Amino acid sequence: MMELVCPAGTPASLRAAVDAGAHSVYCGFADDTNARNFPGLNFSRAELAAGVAYAKARGSKVLVAINTFPEAGNEALWHRAVADAETAGAHAVILADLGLIAYAAEKHPGLRRHLSVQAAAANPDIINFYAETFDVKRVVLPRVLSVQEIAAINREIDTETEVFVFGGLCVMAEGRCSLSSFITGRSPNMNGVCSPASHVTYTEEGQELAAKLGGYTIHRASKGTPAPYPTLCKGCFKVGSRTGYVFEDPASLDASELLPALAKAGVTALKIEGRQRSRAYVAQVVRNFRAAVEALEEGRPVPAGMLAQLTEGQSATAGAYNKIWR
Amino acid sequence: MTAPAFLTAAEKAIPQMPPVLAFGLRLAPAAPAEHLLTHMARSILAKHSGLLARLGPYRHCRFALSASDVPMSFCLDLGKDPLVITVHTNPPEADARITGKLAALIGLVHGVWDGDALFFSRDLTVEGDTSAALALRNAIDDAELDLGAEIAALTGPFSNPAARIISLAESLTGVPFTRSGAIR
Repeated sequence: MMELVCPAGTPASLRAAVDAGAHSVYCGFADDTNARNFPGLNFSRAELAAGVAYAKARGSKVLVAINTFPEAGNEALWHRAVADAETAGAHAVILADLGLIAYAAEKHPGLRRHLSVQAAAANPDIINFYAETFDVKRVVLPRVLSVQEIAAINREIDTETEVFVFGGLCVMAEGRCSLSSFITGRSPNMNGVCSPASHVTYTEEGQELAAKLGGYTIHRASKGTPAPYPTLCKGCFKVGSRTGYVFEDPASLDASELLPALAKAGVTALKIEGRQRSRAYVAQVVRNFRAAVEALEEGRPVPAGMLAQLTEGQSATAGAYNKIWR
Repeated sequence: MTAPAFLTAAEKAIPQMPPVLAFGLRLAPAAPAEHLLTHMARSILAKHSGLLARLGPYRHCRFALSASDVPMSFCLDLGKDPLVITVHTNPPEADARITGKLAALIGLVHGVWDGDALFFSRDLTVEGDTSAALALRNAIDDAELDLGAEIAALTGPFSNPAARIISLAESLTGVPFTRSGAIR
């Protein structure tokens, strides 16, 4: 059965994920070391240790995302996070920065290493380099590859691959995107925040909900239309005489219909996005995807497309997996 | 054998507060409700110390929770020590305000609905300090509170009948007054 890797922004969400059937749960510390460094989220050291114990007792694993890029001169924060993840009993750490991966391989050789999507490793050469040089066991593939491309990569590597199947959809080269930094000075790559809430305001202007990021209006939702996350890549702008989504429509990824194809492509694990979401979201999505992977394993039809209301823009896409522009 | 059906968010549509209950809430005097809610909130904080820790820099903020289907707003003032909850007919001044149907606000506390999904569907709006609102939402979600059980506990020797009344109200109205069967 393909492994279901599920998000947890809080200990309550971790327990919800485990109870709903997560094979693995990924989470992070409450600081700049992980890419979901949002107010009120994430784990203390004690909470992580308790979460690992809860998961282990029920046959699940905990993966710790330390997937931002260390600030020069402040590497100790990231080094401590790796050490503390190992102490807490984490099954693996999810890393993006080359220097941090080298550090973890040298100082914590017994701690399994996964390559974060933030590393944007999208071809066999770079994946094999990580595997051969740093003994990276698994790579989370960026959301820019088609199923055929994933299959081709898997034929040339021995490393496990993990792909996103549900949730928020980054449309940029992950770990390289500077849109949030451009407007707010803070980014997912260095600070763990894309469109930090401290720079976001919502105001009702007439019949419209105006979303502002860093003082700039980036989206207006008229009455009765869905509201997106306040990210620049999903912003709606006027270009000449036209108004529209310049980069990407506000839609979320839902690859549930592609699970058979992803299994055939040699994918080891399926990742659900959403550490910033509630335990209600985690429980519902995990329960549904667990039913789907069990159905697939038993040769039954995979139920699909029933989670639209949980998606950004209340619409879903298969993203690049069904690439039609090549 | 067919695959298990997927659950849908639509199966848990947000109920409108029944007109009779809304009318009753409108007429109810504020002082007893403020006393009860303040007492309950202090009791919750005493039992869930992690809640304030999770609020971090927002632990002294004023939060307004405004019902869109009942002319009623609650002000949770963490700047006062100990905290105070006040009830208003119009939204009060606050660092952050979250507005939605009363059932949605209660359901968020009990983990019935996802806050982001309610935001996407425009069932929930956030004004003021977005960070503070987010911190409160996440802290409450992690605390796994049960407001029905807390209120029932406040009635002391009458907690069992109170729990039954709350459970009955939940069944009749569809409003998730408890954390899914926790006090049944």
